[in-house]
Amino acid sequence: MKTRDLAYIALFAAIIAVLGTLPAINVGPVPITAQTLGVMLAGSVLGARRGFLAVLLFLVLVAVGLPLLASGAGGLAPFAGASAGYLYSWPVAAAVIGWLTERTWTRYNVVLGTLINVLGGIVVIYAVGVPVLKAVAGLSWSTALWSGAAVFIPGDLVKAVVAAAIADVVRRSYPVIERPRRAVGAR
Amino acid sequence: MTLALYVPRASAVHRLPAGLKLLCLAVLAVVLFALPTIAAAGAALAGVLVVGLVVARLPVAVLARQARAVRWWLLALLVVHALTTDLLTGVHVALRLLTLVLAAAVVTTTTRVSEMVAVVERVCAPLRLVGVRPARVGLAVTLALRFIPVLTERAERIRDAQAARGGSPRGVRALRTTVAPLLVQALQMAHDVSEALDARGADVEPPRAAWRRS
Repeated sequence: MKTRDLAYIALFAAIIAVLGTLPAINVGPVPITAQTLGVMLAGSVLGARRGFLAVLLFLVLVAVGLPLLASGAGGLAPFAGASAGYLYSWPVAAAVIGWLTERTWTRYNVVLGTLINVLGGIVVIYAVGVPVLKAVAGLSWSTALWSGAAVFIPGDLVKAVVAAAIADVVRRSYPVIERPRRAVGAR
Repeated sequence: MTLALYVPRASAVHRLPAGLKLLCLAVLAVVLFALPTIAAAGAALAGVLVVGLVVARLPVAVLARQARAVRWWLLALLVVHALTTDLLTGVHVALRLLTLVLAAAVVTTTTRVSEMVAVVERVCAPLRLVGVRPARVGLAVTLALRFIPVLTERAERIRDAQAARGGSPRGVRALRTTVAPLLVQALQMAHDVSEALDARGADVEPPRAAWRRS
């Protein structure tokens, strides 16, 4: 891996951290934050491999004790808590978004990007997050789905559009993902 | 922006190796889920408090802040369990969660970030087999830590520039008009940093490895 890729990975880990300092809206236990916006951006700007590693690096920073999650949570506690599943799903979400973005790179636009972000940034995250929430907190499926997913979907849809819009601007002014032909073999 | 949660003290807990503390934390989590009784969770909570407040001499406020971060969780667990199963189960689940959160807080407030990074590098050592270089992982961690304050400062500068031109946009528009230019700037910055690193030999294996071999 080139030093440049390493710097991009570190940069997006930092971006997710800074997005956590934007004011979070508390609705019950799981806060609405701008951090999943960062996860979507990592995938759609850096691609699958680097996006995955950027989010993983961010989680490593949280795990080693930095209060980088929204509302100043940090350390190992969030990885054992009821919302741990969401954290574990983030790198996967970035990878899925990155993979789909790379595959559609030459005809990427805001609408397509939004669809990709919804699939990777919403479907994947809740597919992991809600079952973990249910298991750790001992909730029923309906309560877990309501308190752990339904209230966030509107905000997530907004974030999916915003992330796609930003990714499209970056794609045209400073593309990081290379043409698919090269991206596949790039190390 | 103060980043670390670390609280310096001269205590036995602080002196324990970071890897051992992390291992203890993992064992505690497994035990708490394997012994699902209120007594076990209560005893573990008492133990964690003794280790944190008495042995490590952490200020009560430090642990209280970590507990406050999960207070809505605890409350929600109690309410949901009181409504769906029974209050006792709610108390047990909440107690277990609080214990784990506080135990993790004790580990992170008694261990320096640099020690944790060293543990990360050591944990990554077996990944050498698949081509991961632990020193590069350490470099990525260090770079990210340096980028965080830089990004915060740049975001503020863009906000100021917009305010000077007649007020900063709010809501979704702010994300688009602030984050997009910030992102392009930041990508250029990261590229410049990587070139500077390569110019100083960051892309070659440290020569130390060669010295050891000879």
